[in-house]
Amino acid sequence: MSILPQLLFLLVFAVAGFFIYKRVSFLRRSIFLGKQEARNDQKDERWKTMLLVAFGQKKMFKRLGPAFLHLLIYVAFIVINLEVLEFVIDGLSGQHRIFAPFLGAVYTIAMNIFEFLAIAVLVSCFAFLIRRNIMRVNRLAMKELNGWPALDANLILIIEIVLMFAILTMNATDQILAERGVEKYIVLDGLFFSSLIQPLFQGMSDSTLIFLERFSWWFHIIGILAFSVYITYSKHLHIFLAFPNTWYSNLKPKGEMKNMPEVTNEVNMMLGIQTEGSSEPPAEIGRFGAKDVNDLSWVNIMNAFSCTECGRCTAECPANITGKKLSPRKIMMDVRDRAEEVSKSIDAGGAGFEDGKSLLGDYTSKEEINACTSCNACVEACPINIDPLDIILQMRRYTAMEESSSPAQWNAMFQNMETSFSPWKFAPTDRFNWADQLKNEETK
Amino acid sequence: MSTYKVPTMAEMAASGESPEILFWVGCAGSFDDRYKAVTQAFVKILNKVGVSFAVLGPEEACTGDPARRAGNEFLFQMQAVANIQVMNGYNIKKVVTACPHCFNTIKNEYPALGGNYEVIHHSEFLQQLINEGKVALQGGGEFKGKKITFHDSCYLGRHNNVYEAPREVIKALDVELVEMKRCRTKGLCCGAGGAQMFKEPEPGKKDVNIERTEEALSTGASAIAVGCPFCLTMMTDGVKNKDREHDVKVYDLAEMIAKDMGI
Repeated sequence: MSILPQLLFLLVFAVAGFFIYKRVSFLRRSIFLGKQEARNDQKDERWKTMLLVAFGQKKMFKRLGPAFLHLLIYVAFIVINLEVLEFVIDGLSGQHRIFAPFLGAVYTIAMNIFEFLAIAVLVSCFAFLIRRNIMRVNRLAMKELNGWPALDANLILIIEIVLMFAILTMNATDQILAERGVEKYIVLDGLFFSSLIQPLFQGMSDSTLIFLERFSWWFHIIGILAFSVYITYSKHLHIFLAFPNTWYSNLKPKGEMKNMPEVTNEVNMMLGIQTEGSSEPPAEIGRFGAKDVNDLSWVNIMNAFSCTECGRCTAECPANITGKKLSPRKIMMDVRDRAEEVSKSIDAGGAGFEDGKSLLGDYTSKEEINACTSCNACVEACPINIDPLDIILQMRRYTAMEESSSPAQWNAMFQNMETSFSPWKFAPTDRFNWADQLKNEETK
Repeated sequence: MSTYKVPTMAEMAASGESPEILFWVGCAGSFDDRYKAVTQAFVKILNKVGVSFAVLGPEEACTGDPARRAGNEFLFQMQAVANIQVMNGYNIKKVVTACPHCFNTIKNEYPALGGNYEVIHHSEFLQQLINEGKVALQGGGEFKGKKITFHDSCYLGRHNNVYEAPREVIKALDVELVEMKRCRTKGLCCGAGGAQMFKEPEPGKKDVNIERTEEALSTGASAIAVGCPFCLTMMTDGVKNKDREHDVKVYDLAEMIAKDMGI
């Protein structure tokens, strides 16, 4: 028996592993362009959040239809990976269906479950293709998805459909060969779904069937490996990053904006307040707020790579609903695209951040960030706890504190607050006038 | 003749007293003509129930929320640190406010700057008073049996998970509470948060408050209840824009309770 197939298998595996390793290192570097931020307190709460939100898909179930279809693909992804384990062992050992003799009837049941899931994936992927391309569900057909994002989404669905067809073809031909008593093929006690397509292959010769079976087998395993590489270039990364992304969720109240301690010393000095740490030299102050991705936290950038562009955030955004340019999903896409651009440039020995471009200005416009009502609908809507609002507010800080280029009416509001301690221009001495009338009114 | 009392912290401190709660009025509650009525209604309730309270009066300043949301962290902290100095000076422990923006900022953002207080929104406070039987409701009065919808304000709901207290207060009035499709965690903003209150919206096809008012009107409610000064302004403007101010009113929760109590 030739060991050539085994060697080939090993080679394919090694090549895929190499590409994935290189790309994962790149993604890691891109994420850590962001500033440090400690997010590893409350570990119990973090594990719980990850289990509920990522593993348990809790937030997906706000929209039942898509949630159910997505759940089928998700369960299939996890369960069919068990079958891939057998593929790998078979591939390396040169065996065929190595688990079948050990598991007996259980193996047949397992195979039937896998086939059912394969069908479920087919149905879901077709449904998703229809939603995207025929029904053109609003959030899945917006302008910001034109080009690569839309192609990426369709490719993922088509690849999954093709891979599932490969499994079913493999099983169908495998069982015909087994029934004909061809060597190495093992008769299983009925594979329901693949038997439905067996009539397509019944008239074929043994050698044609063996070719088809082997082709499907190789196609499926190479397909899975190629898809794994593809995922690292795609929005589909969410299938892995959803887990760390939810683990590193913001556990503070959603209403709390991050404090800027670097400002507090100066404020205390202005107000003549002595503080304990004030004799220390001030910490090095970089830029106030965020102009580019390296001003953001690494969590913001991880959020961006975790985003699968489903658009639930944008669909709930009051600004977007009423026709403003702001789309929280686009904010996340902008952060990811800019981080990738800078990382690539740095890797190639290029200008990196000094390329004359920046996140704010070249990717995201002030018109977009100024339209945000900070309502947190986007954060609430995200099935994996991505926080576009945090990024928007950091960019607003840059605009206000570094450029003083906030909208004129905001600058007027700032001025009112500085001079009369209210966003409106009223005399501070009039603040208590509302009580005058009440103090003279007879109680009932 | 007995009149309503509005003691200030300064007066209280001068006479060696310390009230149970500080009622944080906020800028809208102090200066906005429409929201002053809410402040007055709430103070009447506090008087009637006999809650030991005081206000800061002229010593109060904006919490800094709109400055922070618009990006001016320095200005925010100037306001915040000064307010905290005043509040800590009076040794304040418990704060009640009718503004979800003040509520969120004092509750969640002042601790990092040295201001630690128990902070509750007036909807929660009213709910407590009703539950404890301290507010004796007349059974709805002019609201009895009417359809009323509640507009969730973002800074109360999504930001701080207060969804039930305002609803419990409304239900105590023996009215029919009708929900908008987008309510609670999915509640649609009125359009004023994040300092939008203080500038014109960016170009778009519609104003956010119109979108929200249309949704509120579609419930057939005769009154829209809110728990936030900005929401009150936005929804009132929306109702006017739709020419419905003659048959649909916008009220704050405190006003509804005060009306029912006949004060």
